[in-house]
Amino acid sequence: MSDIPAYEAGGDAEFRDYVALLKPRVMSLVVFTAFVGLWIAPVAVNPFVAFCAVLFIALGGGASGALNMWYDADIDAVMRRTQGRPIPAGRIAGPEALGVGLFLSGLSVMMLGLAANWFAAAFLAFTIFFYAVVYTMWLKRWTPQNIVIGGAAGAFPPMIGWACATGGIGIESLLMFALIFFWTPPHFWALALFMKDDYSDAGVPMLTVTHGRTVTRRHIFAYTLVLAPFALALGLTSVGGPVYLAVSAVLNVLFIAGGWRILRRTEPQAQADGYAVERSFFKLSLYYTFLHFAALLAQHAVGGL
Amino acid sequence: MALAREHDLHRRRRGRNVALGVVLVLFVALVFGLSIVKIEQGDMMEAFDHQPRASALPPAGDAPADPGPAPAAPLDPPGPAPEVAR
Repeated sequence: MSDIPAYEAGGDAEFRDYVALLKPRVMSLVVFTAFVGLWIAPVAVNPFVAFCAVLFIALGGGASGALNMWYDADIDAVMRRTQGRPIPAGRIAGPEALGVGLFLSGLSVMMLGLAANWFAAAFLAFTIFFYAVVYTMWLKRWTPQNIVIGGAAGAFPPMIGWACATGGIGIESLLMFALIFFWTPPHFWALALFMKDDYSDAGVPMLTVTHGRTVTRRHIFAYTLVLAPFALALGLTSVGGPVYLAVSAVLNVLFIAGGWRILRRTEPQAQADGYAVERSFFKLSLYYTFLHFAALLAQHAVGGL
Repeated sequence: MALAREHDLHRRRRGRNVALGVVLVLFVALVFGLSIVKIEQGDMMEAFDHQPRASALPPAGDAPADPGPAPAAPLDPPGPAPEVAR
């Protein structure tokens, strides 16, 4: 054969590999929460400008995902769940991913500045920095609290959306931040309990590995308790109202009850039923954020307090 | 000749190039749409350019009712006329 074997091995990236570099699944949460933050803000935004702003916030989130994949390529190559990502699979070279990440970071920040305002753009730049540098480079391999502090990066998008409309920060946007910030640890630790990922091989200090599963269960329950007041307090602000408060009250009761059930279980009990409680808690946690933000939209549609 | 033959490599690259082309066209459309919206909203389209221009001043309605006394004449003797850029 006259073909070069390296190409046969799939070394040439397809477009979808570049899309995968932007972590589209994480992006969906960013898009939804940023949109809600922008839409329920007291300042009306032209729908096309709102669309562009959310798009550029998502692009910024994707850029930070590419930077994360570039830096974490060595870890990703070790863990089964991430071995198929474009860099460890050899379809995209590390420096190329770095280039894509940096270019899209610059582009998204600049375009958000032009579409919305420069405060929101600076906020987006800080979020990218926080996720790519503070979380990925500093915290992830250093402390079992990596999920807690890194969760801030995922909690910024509704604040950026709010900033796009208002040009600043409000108690409402801070409480939306708190909602995602305190939700992230129980969400990921529940996943860590039943996924049993090979974090220890990769040298990532997950709480389940460093402090054990009993401590992790205790942490999950504690965070559900901390989260509830912030979630309910959001209902007492200008964006809240009876619809939101009713949804939030039900979800928080379920979430705390789920955390309590996780706390009461021992590891043999969990293994016996295939981590059924942990899995259902994880699924509930996905609905928890989605329904809270959907309730904010619904409340906005019917009018606030 | 091997070069004339369609290889999977060429298919992948074509797909990548077409997708990038589509993304670029969409980006141009996005910037165009954004410009139209901004102009329709009456956003400031020109900033201060180191030379006062009537078009970059606030509307007359924003001016204070009493402008106060006229500013004193400059003490310096008037210099040569400033160069006109265009």
